[in-house]
Amino acid sequence: MRFVDEFRDAEQARALAARIAARCEPGRVYKFMEVCGGHTHTIYQHGLEDYLPEQVQLVHGPGCPVCVIPMGRVDDAIAIARRPEVILTSFGDMMRVPGGDGSFLDAKAAGADIRMVYSPLDALKIARQNPGRQVVFMAIGFETTAPSTAVTVQRAKAEGLANFSVFCNHVTIIPAIKAILDSPDQRLDGFLGPGHVSTVIGCEPYRFIAEHYRKPLVVAGFEPLDILHSIDMLLAQLGDGRCEVENQYSRVVPWDGNVTALKVLADVLELRPFFEWRGLGFISHSALKLTEAYADFDAERRFDVPGVRVADPQSCQCGEVLKGVLKPWECKVFGTACTPETPIGTCMVSPEGACAAYYNFGRFRRQRLLQVSAR
Amino acid sequence: MCLGIPGEVVEIMTDRPDLAQVDVSGVRRAINIGLLEPGEIGVGDWVLIHVGFALSKIDEAEARAAMDFLKSIGDAYTDELAALQNSKID
Ligand code: SF4
Repeated sequence: MRFVDEFRDAEQARALAARIAARCEPGRVYKFMEVCGGHTHTIYQHGLEDYLPEQVQLVHGPGCPVCVIPMGRVDDAIAIARRPEVILTSFGDMMRVPGGDGSFLDAKAAGADIRMVYSPLDALKIARQNPGRQVVFMAIGFETTAPSTAVTVQRAKAEGLANFSVFCNHVTIIPAIKAILDSPDQRLDGFLGPGHVSTVIGCEPYRFIAEHYRKPLVVAGFEPLDILHSIDMLLAQLGDGRCEVENQYSRVVPWDGNVTALKVLADVLELRPFFEWRGLGFISHSALKLTEAYADFDAERRFDVPGVRVADPQSCQCGEVLKGVLKPWECKVFGTACTPETPIGTCMVSPEGACAAYYNFGRFRRQRLLQVSAR
Repeated sequence: MCLGIPGEVVEIMTDRPDLAQVDVSGVRRAINIGLLEPGEIGVGDWVLIHVGFALSKIDEAEARAAMDFLKSIGDAYTDELAALQNSKID
């Protein structure tokens, strides 16, 4: 096995890698999907694929909330932001995401008042400080950030802040995993479950993956050793003929999740009948909107949102990358027309996107590996 | 946005029980602790912070490991930390 790069716990990593190799049945290929973009980042950053036997393949999943925002939603947000009374607030991660007609950065350069915030509470503060303006928060993220949006909306209501609203794009991870399991072009042997999302939802919601689809899932931490350890746990399950949900990241993730956060979520946000995911299409019950009790704070009700559907650019293969069918470097425009500076697809924007992670770390490693093997 | 940043609780605000002052890499910031059980954390405890909210209580060893990990990923972490430092929630 080749070790291109070393990290702090390389010794332990090697020991785990040896155990992983020993668990593989000869001739069998194992495909494990890491659902979360944070894992993708670690895998490329530390070159974990170099530690794994060739039989074990990691497939990147849809778990980057920036990557799955469809172009139409970006356009809708920009349409809101162009109104003179509006201040649109957004996490920095969203600023470069291309819509059908440019990104937030482009719209800002053209005069729209779009401001970066770290927290939805910062957006709330901007609303308090600008009573004459309408402050809209572009809410994105899985269950990790949705409770924060929910608390913020509760506060806005309690304070009677009439100039604050949320353009809600929160998505839920379970339906996306189900869509991938139901998709005919991907055969997987197991999952690395998302660490931070599970902090909120806990481990129970994954049970159907083990029981109905007969695939093991291990909720995994973010350090290189966590990921190797989780792969080892998946292989152990498969070796024993077990399909279970296990929690490798129990030092952070409680089995039942964060009960307080789930309660707040249920009060403020509810499932939409369906939502479009970039590259994956419409997935039913896969996203959240504000409940009737908080409808006054829903930007989609407050403003006329065009709600257009914009097809992804022809050259963009993000859908295949998000489903794990293509590796980033297999996309026709990867690294040429599509780079982090000029992204065509979303996966190139967020540091957790598979294409950006691979562009920043993986490709040099791969080049080196190719050079090494050519010698 | 998806990164969790570890912080050490240095003060729970008595007039605002949903807010705490935390120390993140030597910088003091207010964060919201309303997503934890009341009384779940106190001064000296460590929490994992997402977009200004403590989402889980962690132990010190985990906090150190999480911080090491964040430092190892470079830019994404620097950006997130800079954003946290500019955030002034109340
Ligand atoms: S290289 Fe660009 S267009 Fe191709 S899949 Fe990645 S992000 Fe999408």
